[in-house]
Amino acid sequence: MSGINDFAFKMGTVNGTGSASANALLMQAIFRMGIPVTGKNIFPSNIQGLPTWYEIRVSKDGWTARPSAVDLVVALNPATYAKDVKAVRTGGYLVYDSTWPMDPDLVREGITILGIPFGQMMVEHFEGDRDRTLLRNITYAGSLAALLAIDTTVIERMLSEKFGKKPKLLDANHKAFALGYDYAKAHFACPLPFHLEAMDRTGDSILIDGNTACALGALYAGATVGAWYPITPATALMEQFKAFCEKYRVDKATGQHKYAILQAEDELAAAGITIGAGWAGARAFTNTSGPGISLMQEFIGLAYYTDIPAVFFDIQRCGPATGMPTRTQQADLLSLAYASHGDTKHIVIFPSDPRECFEMAVQAFDLAERFQTPVFVASDLDIGMNDWMVKRFDWDDTYRPDRGKVLDAKALEQVQRFSRYLDVDGDGIAARTLPGVGGKGAYFVRGSGHDKHGQYTEDSDAYQELVDRLKRKIDGSAEHLPAPVVSHQPGAEVGLVTIGSCEAAVHEAAELLRREGIHTDYMRIRAFPFSEEVRRFLGRHEHTFIIEQNRDAQLRSLLAIELGVPRDQMTPILDYGGMPLQAQTVVQAVKTHLAEVPA
Amino acid sequence: MTSIAKPPVKHPTARTNGLGLTLRDYEGAMSTLCAGCGHDSVTAALVQAAWELELEPHRVGKMSGIGCSSKTTAYFMKQSHGFNSVHGRMPSVTSGAAAANRGLTYIGISGDGDSLSIGMGQLSHAIRRNVNMLYVIENNGVYGLTKGQFSASADVGSTSKKGEANEQQPIDPVLLALTLGCSFVARSFSGDKRQLVPILKAAIAHKGLALVDVISPCVSFNDHEGSTKSYAYTREREVEAVHADFIPLKREITVPETGEQVRVVELHDGGRVRLRATAPDYDPTDRESAYAHVRACQKRGEIATGLLFVDENGRDMHDYLKTVPTPLIDLPYEELCPGRAALDKLMERYR
Repeated sequence: MSGINDFAFKMGTVNGTGSASANALLMQAIFRMGIPVTGKNIFPSNIQGLPTWYEIRVSKDGWTARPSAVDLVVALNPATYAKDVKAVRTGGYLVYDSTWPMDPDLVREGITILGIPFGQMMVEHFEGDRDRTLLRNITYAGSLAALLAIDTTVIERMLSEKFGKKPKLLDANHKAFALGYDYAKAHFACPLPFHLEAMDRTGDSILIDGNTACALGALYAGATVGAWYPITPATALMEQFKAFCEKYRVDKATGQHKYAILQAEDELAAAGITIGAGWAGARAFTNTSGPGISLMQEFIGLAYYTDIPAVFFDIQRCGPATGMPTRTQQADLLSLAYASHGDTKHIVIFPSDPRECFEMAVQAFDLAERFQTPVFVASDLDIGMNDWMVKRFDWDDTYRPDRGKVLDAKALEQVQRFSRYLDVDGDGIAARTLPGVGGKGAYFVRGSGHDKHGQYTEDSDAYQELVDRLKRKIDGSAEHLPAPVVSHQPGAEVGLVTIGSCEAAVHEAAELLRREGIHTDYMRIRAFPFSEEVRRFLGRHEHTFIIEQNRDAQLRSLLAIELGVPRDQMTPILDYGGMPLQAQTVVQAVKTHLAEVPA
Repeated sequence: MTSIAKPPVKHPTARTNGLGLTLRDYEGAMSTLCAGCGHDSVTAALVQAAWELELEPHRVGKMSGIGCSSKTTAYFMKQSHGFNSVHGRMPSVTSGAAAANRGLTYIGISGDGDSLSIGMGQLSHAIRRNVNMLYVIENNGVYGLTKGQFSASADVGSTSKKGEANEQQPIDPVLLALTLGCSFVARSFSGDKRQLVPILKAAIAHKGLALVDVISPCVSFNDHEGSTKSYAYTREREVEAVHADFIPLKREITVPETGEQVRVVELHDGGRVRLRATAPDYDPTDRESAYAHVRACQKRGEIATGLLFVDENGRDMHDYLKTVPTPLIDLPYEELCPGRAALDKLMERYR
């Protein structure tokens, strides 16, 4: 499967040793050579000393899922030698540091082992532990450049961009890179059989992570209040929002900010601040992950029951409890869909990559204000923290925020009596007023029982009228949410249904299956509650595979609960070990199932 | 929260303030608290303070959590927006509202259960953030709505209605606030309107979080002999350290000098508070001496009241956030979105 511009390699290092920048350098250089590329950072919940890997997939056809096989491994962490050697496909290559005698763990038949004395070169050419540790990464990048035929002029330009203002650092990096490059050239047949050749397939693309994209979406949507509590893997979202605000939202003359970012004492407060700001009329959001969503449950119910707009970004990670904070999962689906006690249902939208993160972030604010309710953007660690190759983001300057039904002082003059929760239009959405507007518009938000006028009630009919309106409102939102992405293959009998970041792998799997004569239709669900189109797709297929990253087939449960589709018509394909999904996982599961079930 | 609308009767001779509003215009729904509840007196004091300050009712946000105290936001200023949130979380909701719209006056009403147990973290962090708000704790030492459990402010030895004595240390919101760096700390008594109204006025005018702990007896569950939060006990032990007179910006200071120790603190809005120490050598602008005074009173079994500490030069949340003077909700979208050209340029950074 490997060949020119079609292979994968990975680096096994120790976290906190500076390998991330060398890995990013490699990936970006390949991208700038015009070749489609993806990187997956497999990192520990730790600052220094634990194993970390970086996987880079090069795919001339543009596949971006985590690679199913690895052609070359750079093993620089003795603690993971055994595992890293195993990861190399038969016929592949292993690079190790030959400064020391070869570790027995590294011996394996069927692969080519390349020893490069990184440690020795560092001692001979650089002073001090810190420099030696950091520059070793650039040296292995140099060796890989020789082995894989990375354009060195691209690398040199990138080093100049990065260190141009620090000549001493630039020199050291150049030297370290050349050491690795020259050593590989002198000792091995470069390039390897699989290597890079410049293309022109990345011109309209960017390399960006989903958290940055969500932050940019929040900025463009006009969000002014962000409240949060630091949590992996959601932290960078608010940090990026802050960075964007510092760039675009600071008054040049006065230095004053046109935004407010509050790092709260916990996720409960972050939710409270978001809801308070939403009530007051700001576009407000919070970013968190599963544990934070658990803590926010009470507030989510309050916002739902009192019709307050708020946007929640949930960058999902492995749960339950602390779980695995640096591993990815899609296991918050049920807890988002029905968050909080009592009868609730929420709008949840599911981006599949950073480009959709940007677009859906903007949509989320429109939906939250239009439907006056919490809206969840369910991203995950894979989307949020990895660099994805996606099309450049577009912006339409004619866009204006959908503020929904808000009565200002003038509109209130036309109203005889303002009743906060009166459903005038029959869509379940009642007009709201913002605090500070004239007297007639004043109302009292209460989490306790209230009637359509906003008055306290313990009356059964008044209570039911209100909660029935909420149901009508949320159910009615379904056709206004991002529509599913659907594609058909002629003669397909089975449907593949997936969600979020699984898209890359499932798309690739569909192509691999097609090559084996198994034709599939495809649907990626992009929102909850489900639209009619989702129902139709499931109705058209006697059998579907529901592919998702959690143990309990949560998406399948939602489809069964909401649409009444029999569960035995939906075979779950579940991948919940915390790694981004691989196409082969899907291919194997589909084939195994089809072989077991007589056609 | 129960509420019953009051009939809109206007007495032709009722006095009006500068806005042409009568006291009745600052009232809210009929209270459904127990007859004689201290909280209703606090409500009356708030109505009086808001009327005297000539607050525009619709420019006020009334914020609360859950509990008897939190119900009271329904009982004053019916023309204001109100937000009865979740238990112990009023501070965060207010923080968000204040961040979004700094143009309103925020009046937060809480209780000892709402603020000193479930909401202690939120109270502490609202003080740390220094949200510009009045934060009233209607403190009765007891959980009223669930019928008489001790709260975290119950004193050691104070007995419940059934005669059981509390053994755990009380949390004193005044000492807490002083320790946390709160810039306005006062304690009063619901039965002492003469003291309470000027404190509330100064607290509302204060820039930053003004914490006013009001001993507000619970007539149903904590007003018996043996309770240290009863009317009788509080009346007997209340020791006013500093008396505050609030002088709004536009009014001349006409209070005659009495020869007593008087300190005038200029408030952020230009108004002034005139502090008259009733205890010798008491300095209400010195945090340490305020703390020492409250502790000394406690040791003597007395309750220190009055405007105990004020620092008008502190920085509030918006100072920390460096936000523009215009409320964020009033910024036009065009000022918030960088637009297409900027995005195109930004995209180059990700290549």
